[in-house]
Amino acid sequence: MHVPDGFINAPTSAVTGVVAAGAVAVSLRGARRELDERTAPLAGLVAAFIFAVQMLNFPVAAGTSGHLLGGALAAILVGPYTGVLCVSVVLLMQGILFADGGLTALGVNITDMAIVTTVVAYALFRGLVKVLPRTRRSVTVASFVAALVSVPAAALAFTFLYWIGGTTDVAIGKVATAMIGVHVLIGIGEAAITALTVGAVVAVRPDLVYGARGLGQRLKLRVNGELVDAPSDTGPAPAPVAARSHRKVWITGLVASLVLAGFVSFYASADPDGLEKVASDKGIDEKAEEHANADSPLADYGVEDIADARVSGGLAGVIGVGVTVVAGSAVFWAVRRRRSDDTSPSSTETTV
Amino acid sequence: MGSGHAHRLYRHGHSPVHGLPPHTKLAATFAFVVVVVSTPREAMWAFGLYALLLAAVAYAARVPASFLLKRLLIEVPFVAFAVLMPFVAEGERVGVLGVSLSVNGLWGAWNVLAKGTLGVAASVLLASTTELRALLLGLQRLRLPPLLVQIASFMIRYGDVIADEMRRMRIARESRGFEARGVRHWGVLAKSAGALFIRSYERGERVHLAMVSRGYAGSMPVIDEATASRAQWSYALALPCAALVVCLLGWTL
Amino acid sequence: MTDPVTGPVTGPASEPVADVPASLDVSGLAFAYPDGHQALFGVDFSVARGERVALLGPNGAGKTTLVLHLNGILTGGTGTVAVAGLPVDRRNMAEIRRRVGIVFQDPDDQLFMPTVREDVAFGPAAAGAKGADLEARVDRALGLVGMAEFKDRPPHHLSFGQRRRVAVATVLAMEPEILVLDEPSSNLDPASRRELADILRALDVTVLMVTHDLPYALELCPRALILSDGVIAADGPTAELLADDGLMRAHRLELPFGFDPRSVPARN
Repeated sequence: MHVPDGFINAPTSAVTGVVAAGAVAVSLRGARRELDERTAPLAGLVAAFIFAVQMLNFPVAAGTSGHLLGGALAAILVGPYTGVLCVSVVLLMQGILFADGGLTALGVNITDMAIVTTVVAYALFRGLVKVLPRTRRSVTVASFVAALVSVPAAALAFTFLYWIGGTTDVAIGKVATAMIGVHVLIGIGEAAITALTVGAVVAVRPDLVYGARGLGQRLKLRVNGELVDAPSDTGPAPAPVAARSHRKVWITGLVASLVLAGFVSFYASADPDGLEKVASDKGIDEKAEEHANADSPLADYGVEDIADARVSGGLAGVIGVGVTVVAGSAVFWAVRRRRSDDTSPSSTETTV
Repeated sequence: MGSGHAHRLYRHGHSPVHGLPPHTKLAATFAFVVVVVSTPREAMWAFGLYALLLAAVAYAARVPASFLLKRLLIEVPFVAFAVLMPFVAEGERVGVLGVSLSVNGLWGAWNVLAKGTLGVAASVLLASTTELRALLLGLQRLRLPPLLVQIASFMIRYGDVIADEMRRMRIARESRGFEARGVRHWGVLAKSAGALFIRSYERGERVHLAMVSRGYAGSMPVIDEATASRAQWSYALALPCAALVVCLLGWTL
Repeated sequence: MTDPVTGPVTGPASEPVADVPASLDVSGLAFAYPDGHQALFGVDFSVARGERVALLGPNGAGKTTLVLHLNGILTGGTGTVAVAGLPVDRRNMAEIRRRVGIVFQDPDDQLFMPTVREDVAFGPAAAGAKGADLEARVDRALGLVGMAEFKDRPPHHLSFGQRRRVAVATVLAMEPEILVLDEPSSNLDPASRRELADILRALDVTVLMVTHDLPYALELCPRALILSDGVIAADGPTAELLADDGLMRAHRLELPFGFDPRSVPARN
């Protein structure tokens, strides 16, 4: 299910590994700031939940069934930082304990399944919740759209990685088209399940849905059977989310550039059915190859004219890797600068 | 349900491979896979040698071949993909039994199959000779961020507990005559998933309470630490070093 | 000290100890959860050192909420809590949490480490113990609950009763001033119940036992508090409270069929 070793070449794997490590590091700090000392148990339990819910089969029809990928769900329920952490840990454990997903492909898997899915879903979700009226229905609608888009977005991100460092030259533009089609379908399933699940949680514990929390109430004292207002010296303060938007902008920017740049190819993260479908569609469409290739934006990309396939691939790799490294380090730098300017660091962690 | 991922690969044993400190095995496996991935695909003999190296490790670890091969099934979706590659890939084509195949696609398929299989085999050997607990200690020793190790550790500790809860919910659904058959039942399943999330999150909160009640202030006390002697390191690194020699030969020959 | 208790009081607490500060002193405590549900409406009581007190109350009375205030896990409401004279606030938190040992209702929540040994070692290690000293504390705590031979087992391989005992050991290893048990007898078979009672009676610490198992409360605790609707509704000798039918009915507390507290011989 997850990308195995050998699918993406070594340099690209290494660079995605660095990107993934960076994003996980940022998420560790972000989660820590949101959940302080509760991070480990809460993220651990949510990771266990994601792990379990991936085993929950949703029957589609005629014996086929799908299951949740959980990136969007995690992002909406526990926020982008904790979401990235949970899905990353799930992927790490799947790789080490169950040989599911190659060890060298861990960076690729984390980048598109943990980071892109989560960040895209969360950015969309927040945006929609801000725009839509403040009702529970809006939360459900926003979840649906966020999950719907997150799956093809991850497909695009993988496409981009494959374009840079794929080990086989496949007609990338055409596969991308098929891939997007298939993953929009998968995304619909993911969206329905995610929205229904978020809806179920909002109905019972709205305070647990990260995007929709924060309504405090005055305390009362029962004095001789009468309820009176208690003096509120320490009212519960809902955590403001807006203060962190700068960092989010950076991360979103990185992801958006990844997604836009790689508007092509195919994605192999989630669903074997999706993969096979794309591959067989491709086989059927063989004759259209020339045409589709000419139409694809990447066909005009200069490296195509270079005769030697290896050099061509290498050049594309170098360009893509360069872009990724620059974007990645820009984010790092921005985050670090911001961190040192930050006047409210994680001092709560160190309180004895 | 509850099988698949919840099934542990670990096989109890006392082989020399079992006895190695976990972080040396993690490092060796990772280095080995990196070497394999960096090998040029044209050096087909090199992959045969890698397979022999892994077979030697499996022999030393007393992991039966059938166990290893069964676990390779996880690769099947990618085998299907690899089989299609020669048909869909670009470039120079060659006729085999009257079918036109892409040379590049053939190499690509071989590349994914060989490297992917070796990668899975190496991971399976690691997982089948190293206890969960030890793997976590190994990750900790390899300087993975402690918070990440803690999250992983909680995930492992409570994975079964939550999968059990999920199974009980399914039994409760089924004993009331409900069986999910199609899309129209998704609402019910999603409600279960939602309830499972709430239970998991609340358990997380309770676990946290139990932790702070015993003085947890953000960092786990180190109770055990994995250590390795120089001999153990060299023993473990024999595998990736041998692989590296093969890889270098592969590039030069 | 505390203001007079606001609810109806049926009897005085055990005689106040003059110079030793009370193990636990709660005054005017009110609290609401983030979802808006208010659980405590001004709780006042005090537990002297060495006492064993039962905190009784129907489901939803706020018992667990109260327990979580005792070591500062829940804060942000109004009122104060002091442990051995030390107010529960951010500055004293580490010390408070060492002194207040809470045994939670579900041992699965409490036993979060991969092995019994590591779990019992968690608290002392967090407080800085290491090496031989740490091992000794682990062994002693496990010995007190008779679980020494299960040291290297993973918690989820133990029976429920064994897990409950290990949970008690995890707290005892911290050498607490006051042991707080949330429903200690729940889900235990009669033999495990008896074993746990023997263990608790043999310990030399202040005990606050939250329960709706009334015979267990009578067996172990000379004094009882009734928490109802988020306030202390009664405070007195356990036998007297349980014998007061009107009081019991008013707070949805029911004795098991055929159990008569008046016929139980007094013990301590």
